[in-house]
Amino acid sequence: MTPSFAAAPQSTATIGKSVKVVGKIFAKEDLYVDGDVEGTIETPENKVTVGPNGRVQADISAREAVIIGQVQGNVETSDKVDLRKDAKLVGNITTARISIEDGAVFKGSIDIRKPEVKSTATVTATPAARPAEAPAAASAGSATKS
Amino acid sequence: MRKPAKPVPPSLRPSRGLEQFFFNIRDTVGLSILDCAGANQDNINLLINLGHKVYSQDLVRGIDDFFGSDPANQTNPARIEAFLQQNFDYPADSLDGVLLWDSLQFMNPVLLTATVERLALVMRPQSYLLAFFTAAERMAEVPSHDFRLVDDKTIRVSERGMRAPGQVFNNRNLERLFGRFNSVKFFLTRDNLREVIVRR
Repeated sequence: MTPSFAAAPQSTATIGKSVKVVGKIFAKEDLYVDGDVEGTIETPENKVTVGPNGRVQADISAREAVIIGQVQGNVETSDKVDLRKDAKLVGNITTARISIEDGAVFKGSIDIRKPEVKSTATVTATPAARPAEAPAAASAGSATKS
Repeated sequence: MRKPAKPVPPSLRPSRGLEQFFFNIRDTVGLSILDCAGANQDNINLLINLGHKVYSQDLVRGIDDFFGSDPANQTNPARIEAFLQQNFDYPADSLDGVLLWDSLQFMNPVLLTATVERLALVMRPQSYLLAFFTAAERMAEVPSHDFRLVDDKTIRVSERGMRAPGQVFNNRNLERLFGRFNSVKFFLTRDNLREVIVRR
């Protein structure tokens, strides 16, 4: 049997509302959390959704995070964070884009980071001279209207 | 907090205090700005697009969550310290600007003094804070507002409800309150609001 990671890259793993997980969650597919999670959630290439019943006390690292329920922890995404109207997030956000609906409760910092440009060049043993630091404004990225 | 009897539609208003605040941080990016209006897309967009890091919290809500809406509850020193830990847990000299809006006027003098002391600690020297106080004296309740940034000199204001002010504010006691800071500048507006820009 083919492992589910390879067979269904677009599928979504679900933690139901009566489920509690304590520990590290690492996923290679989208993750929907509608239960309780304490620990860490890592799904670097995928989306994490904290559903309306979700209660997460964990740092989240993902491509994209959609928060509808409650999160206490830092959220770091390479693409986007989306706080829906009933969301409650206490923690720091590091992301490229952010969307916050009216009614969402957020306490923490927002650090916008421009996504890294993926280089196709092979890694060489001798690093090239370091380019001049881009001004912070250039790395600020953009925030989107919800 | 008592909801307004009749919902008041949001209004756009120019803000000299806000204009001054952004003027003071012009041509600088990568600053750490604390916005106490609560998270909203307008404020975050404007601050992020200026290249700053945003710290966001709804301070009035934080006061209510911690003490309830009666300023008389805000006198216990241990509770005040816990409140400051929860809401102003920043390293010394780390904030480059603070938008307090009208939150300070709902603090009891004891909590207010402690909060301003903490702000003086966490704000970087030469940085600015912006706060609004009602200029109307002897009122049992004053409106609390929601503040949205429209641009660097305009805000959209909507009423959240009526609340008891922590004390009466006039220029003299505001100068005393911010005595540890470098300078205090007032802008009295036509709508009876005293905009205060304070330099650390």
